[in-house]
Amino acid sequence: MARMKFLCDADRCIECNACVTACKNENEVPWGINRRRVVTIDDGQPGERSVSMACMHCTDAPCQAVCPVNAFYTTADGVVLHSKDICIGCGYCFYACPFGAPQYPQVGNFGSRGKMDKCTYCAGGPEPDGSAAEYEKYGANRLAEGKLPLCAEMCATKSLLAGDGEVIAQIYKDRVEKRGYGSGAWGWKTAYRETITS
Amino acid sequence: MTSSAARLCNVFGALALFAFTLASYTATAQQPQFVDPTARAVKEQQLLQRFDTIRGRGSIPDTKSYTLEQPAGRDWRHFHEVTLRWIGAVVILGMLALLIIFYLSRGMLRLESGRSGRVIVRFNAAERFVHWMTASCFVILALSGLNISFGRPLLLPLMSPAAFTAWSEWAKYAHNYLSFPFTLGVILIFFMWVGGNIPNRVDVEWLKRGGGIVGHDHPPADRFNAGQKLIYWIVVLGGAAIAVSGYLLIFPFYGTTIATMQKAEIVHSVIAMFFIAAMLGHIYIGTIGMEGAFEAMGRGTVDINWAREHHSLWLEGAGRRTDPSPPQTAAASGE
Repeated sequence: MARMKFLCDADRCIECNACVTACKNENEVPWGINRRRVVTIDDGQPGERSVSMACMHCTDAPCQAVCPVNAFYTTADGVVLHSKDICIGCGYCFYACPFGAPQYPQVGNFGSRGKMDKCTYCAGGPEPDGSAAEYEKYGANRLAEGKLPLCAEMCATKSLLAGDGEVIAQIYKDRVEKRGYGSGAWGWKTAYRETITS
Repeated sequence: MTSSAARLCNVFGALALFAFTLASYTATAQQPQFVDPTARAVKEQQLLQRFDTIRGRGSIPDTKSYTLEQPAGRDWRHFHEVTLRWIGAVVILGMLALLIIFYLSRGMLRLESGRSGRVIVRFNAAERFVHWMTASCFVILALSGLNISFGRPLLLPLMSPAAFTAWSEWAKYAHNYLSFPFTLGVILIFFMWVGGNIPNRVDVEWLKRGGGIVGHDHPPADRFNAGQKLIYWIVVLGGAAIAVSGYLLIFPFYGTTIATMQKAEIVHSVIAMFFIAAMLGHIYIGTIGMEGAFEAMGRGTVDINWAREHHSLWLEGAGRRTDPSPPQTAAASGE
């Protein structure tokens, strides 16, 4: 099985936010929640970089570890998913997540956060693949259809890569070799405890 | 004349253009062949070494999402998964073990002079109401809190995930909403009993002579002895800390970040474990640990002999304040 990962080549991201829009549309993400967002570091300074970030689907995911009701599971593809039926909306995953992925519907901070929502790598949830119930709770299940997450699929500059970790790491390495520079795979050390060295 | 001047102008112009082209050509030649656009680019590892989070600017209204990375969650995770469970297990099981050993060796401490049959009011109805409101909230808060810390390894294997979620969700609601009466109770307890709980010289003497449940002596004590004052301050200060840290968690991002919420959770949970252990001791002394103690908070009255043995100064004071026979009036009102 492949080990699915995201890789954002910050030297290519042009901060167009197409990934953000694609995600919201493809998954019918609830109002107020952005499963993916683009953050620009040192905005306006020479050397600014933009990074598109969602859930990194960590190896040994912290959210999964701290969840008091065991709502998370990691699929055979290494995708970290959760069950909204099991989630109690306690907020522990969002204390633990290094990437700010878990979010809650804005029905109120006080007491009732609602069920946690986060990037599913366009892989749905525990419901049967492609079912209406799955779509309603988690959005599209493109992975079951043999497609990659839409954010990466429609990235115009191919800054955001999704796919098997080794394959996308090799693509990145080849790029760095060819162009002669690379500011690294953002978040990889934190998420996968590895970096890409070319 | 004008035409020759124009010609001269053209020649100068051509010369200037030539010079400019030459200059710009040399400038191009001086530029390096290879440009590294990342030379001044922000680097992830440098940012993480300098700050504990990487923050930037985004284009969606949710400013919280401008934080790109915050690896501190890993440390917090270790605390939550390992450190906290050890603290909780050692403190709570340790206290339970201590109480069991104590009970097996000393049993219930009896009234040395037996019951006189006459009683005196110790806590009036309002005091008892506040005590039991705070206490019942505390028990539910403690159980629902322990469920968050220990439920997954201990309780989840015993029931279905759906049932555990249903129970945990109710426990979470109870934990959130009962925090309000609990906090109110702690505030009322503070004002209600602060007068009798300022440490003084009597407490030093009491501690020296080994008063209370541990020693065998009955040193003089006022309405609250040193042990009870300790419990009082644990409830007031511990309750205040636990309430403040808890409300920071109930209202996320009201003056907090993820990092402060992690710290608030650490403070909240560690104090909670010690609080639970302290209350186990309190419950023990108030029930099976000491004869005649429970009725103080149960019925509100205590036997005169109990008061004489444990709170001699308070009894003397009560005798002075009410005359000539306080026990009868007390018995009537403290029904």
